[in-house]
Amino acid sequence: MKWGVIRFPGSLDDADALWALGEVMGQEARALWHKDETLGGAECVVLPGGFSYGDYLRCGAIARFAPIMRAVAHFAAEGGLVIGICNGFQILCEARLLPGALTRNRSLSFICQPVTVRVENAATPFTCAARKGDLLRLPIKHGEGRYVAPEAELDAMERRGQVLLRYVDDRGEASDAANPNGSMRSIAGVANERFNVFGLMPHPEHAVESALFGQDGLRLFESIVLSRSSLRLSQERAVR
Amino acid sequence: MLVKVFVTPRKDILDPQGRAVEQSLKSLGFKNVSDVRIGKYITLNVEASSLEEARAEAARMCEQLLANPVIEDYRFEVENS
Repeated sequence: MKWGVIRFPGSLDDADALWALGEVMGQEARALWHKDETLGGAECVVLPGGFSYGDYLRCGAIARFAPIMRAVAHFAAEGGLVIGICNGFQILCEARLLPGALTRNRSLSFICQPVTVRVENAATPFTCAARKGDLLRLPIKHGEGRYVAPEAELDAMERRGQVLLRYVDDRGEASDAANPNGSMRSIAGVANERFNVFGLMPHPEHAVESALFGQDGLRLFESIVLSRSSLRLSQERAVR
Repeated sequence: MLVKVFVTPRKDILDPQGRAVEQSLKSLGFKNVSDVRIGKYITLNVEASSLEEARAEAARMCEQLLANPVIEDYRFEVENS
């Protein structure tokens, strides 16, 4: 499967994403430049973590105007798979491809620590290799990760199953103590209404090798591969 | 025309910076302080033939970039420069 990882000025985790997808998973992954106007045939586009454009004005606010973002918006509108990690999540919210916004952590501190997240909906292209209720151990590292959205919108998102990941404790329970940044309803990752755009604050690309933090991050990338191959299979069946 | 834009966190959004500063003011002895909110102040010049035109431009700038309506409120003032 072909993956494109976008490099914005100030992206940090593009190399780790390329390593995770290309070296660890054997996928065809290549970097895309923020000035590109096409996605080079990518079947899934990754917006990596970092501090694009210095996080000026608001995190992700300027990256949204990069030439490649027009192609990303078009790709998403056609149903293409897009995943935004950390700063990528912030960019997708600013670009209105995902609901809500990411704000300053409740503690005002930059947080760099392992977290446990619970899979809330496994019937999506981003989580289908997991089961509902599975716990994943992933790292977070951010200063602005507190997810907020209007209460009415959060209710609608919960009803539709758009909350894919929630911060929980080791027993899988959501609580104030297990909520690292003060996100509303302990939300760690959300999808759009069509379930083809996904954003999350934890970093799956940093959790793909047993020697370095474990491999729980693979589950999310494997979901995307699985969803693409089952889609291809059903398309081939339809052609036959 | 000179445009002054004031961007503040929405009332229903937690403002941890404002809260921290409020605590600090109280520890300095300003016990009567409450509701500290921290925002941004942006100034810019815009070429426009009238105050109305400048106001309409400023509103569009706020909607599209200067403020994020999900988390922020804004207001602006326009004056001849």
